Amino acid sequence: MPSDETSSTENQPAPLSERRKLARLAGIGVVILCVAGAFLYLGGWFSPYELTQARFVNGFQKVYGFHSGFRRNHAKGVGVTGFFDSNGQGTHLSKAVVFQTGRVPVIGRFSFGGGNPYVADTPEAIRGLGLQFRLRDGEEWRTAMINRPVFMFNTAQAFYDNLIASQPDPNTHKPDPEKIAAFAASHPEFVQATKIIQSQKVSSGFDNSAYNSLNAFRFIDAAGTSTPVRWMMAPVQPFAPVSATGATEGTKDYLFDALIASIHQHPLQWHLIITIGQSGDPTDDATIPWPEGRQQVDVGTLTLDTIESEETSPARVINFDPLVLPVGIAPSDDPLLSPRSAIYSQSFTRRAGEKEVPSAITPSDVQK
Amino acid sequence: MATNPQQFPVSMRLFHWLVAAMVLTMLGIGVTMVVSLAHYHQLISIHRPLGILLLIFVAIRFVNRQFSTLPPFPATVSPRERFIASWAEILMYTLLFVQPLVGWGMLSAARYPIVLWGGLHLFPILPHSAMLYAALRKVHTVLAYLLFLAIIAHFGAVLVHTWIVRDRFFSRMAPWRVRAR
Repeated sequence: MPSDETSSTENQPAPLSERRKLARLAGIGVVILCVAGAFLYLGGWFSPYELTQARFVNGFQKVYGFHSGFRRNHAKGVGVTGFFDSNGQGTHLSKAVVFQTGRVPVIGRFSFGGGNPYVADTPEAIRGLGLQFRLRDGEEWRTAMINRPVFMFNTAQAFYDNLIASQPDPNTHKPDPEKIAAFAASHPEFVQATKIIQSQKVSSGFDNSAYNSLNAFRFIDAAGTSTPVRWMMAPVQPFAPVSATGATEGTKDYLFDALIASIHQHPLQWHLIITIGQSGDPTDDATIPWPEGRQQVDVGTLTLDTIESEETSPARVINFDPLVLPVGIAPSDDPLLSPRSAIYSQSFTRRAGEKEVPSAITPSDVQK
Repeated sequence: MATNPQQFPVSMRLFHWLVAAMVLTMLGIGVTMVVSLAHYHQLISIHRPLGILLLIFVAIRFVNRQFSTLPPFPATVSPRERFIASWAEILMYTLLFVQPLVGWGMLSAARYPIVLWGGLHLFPILPHSAMLYAALRKVHTVLAYLLFLAIIAHFGAVLVHTWIVRDRFFSRMAPWRVRAR
């Protein structure tokens, strides 16, 4: 602690007049207000209409309701575990440990897009696959993919505006067609991406769906060369169109039930296909597909062999933040990546502190 | 040149301003990144390693302080002010030590990989628990506000002494050499 010795005061200037004292005190007040104001400005206190992490996540809660302990988006899901066998082909593109020949344990989660954890299964709903590859020395690769060839939005603002526009009307329980039309009119990229998505045949289930990274990333090889890439998990399970499953449709969780039955029958597999972008291919717009014929490299096989309810699955406490990347994989200039990371984290922080409520797919459901 | 006995030793002044700059940067980044969408990733990528660097600097600063001779308080500082200043210093050091540890601890509890730069990771210091993460995440915010308030109070007190009492209080910690008089 500072010593109690006291230095001399002989050079003390004459005291200030009361008026001057007050003026200087006011000056100090102004300086401190400026410092505090600068921090409040940085914290967004003066921009109440700007889209922030909290406002974005509040949007999900507004549209889908509040569901304690669940993800704010992709709320309905099941946990899976398995492993990834790398064939070594990826090492030419990326120095990431995950691409060296060998096996890496994986925790994953299949889900439906949207914030309702009890929504009835429909074939049109977005199917998601989140994966966590556990590499050595605490390194991880996390990715969150969906069964769409492109994303419908190329900015966080567009995603949010669409979310709010598609909020069901309290009277009709359906989105207001005028609001949807207004959104589409001001977002040609959304219309274009929707056309591409609708031109694709939807598969019968989670097990025979292809899951796409949507955003571009960069692979960095041992020499430091950067390659723009997108990736896809291509199913080994043969494609079957949606209508073929008519017999099981009707029950609320029929797509999840089919996934459970399928994984109990035999382990499910996907090939991890890396698409290599060429100069000029957009890396900053997830709504635009890369041209046909781009080189694709099969870098290994994902095997998922166990399935669990969220209640017991380690996937429940994983935030599949797409920017948890190992050395050798880096973000691209896609403006969606940082907002995705931010919003996933906000959702995780909120649900981590909430009471966990049983999910739609219970532990007894996955025993079937 | 003889050192001015009314000034803090060079090493203490160096650490004071270094840590001050780092803490203000960390608070600025922190308050921005929790609302930002576009810059979140960039900011948190700086926040993590800078927080650990700060923890290291605070530790060195604390050790250095134990081996330094402190200048006496000017006579213009009343006994009550000395008492407050002494406790404020303890509070400030506590916050500077605890805040980075809470940050490290909360990422550990969430089992986020704690990436510093490149492949360099920190090991987790707490068990995997979402509830613990949620609690520590709140503590991290509260401590940040406390630290900010402590800095503002410290800054205000120095300004009052320097501009109103005019006892050259600021010169004790001034980054430049001030001649004794």
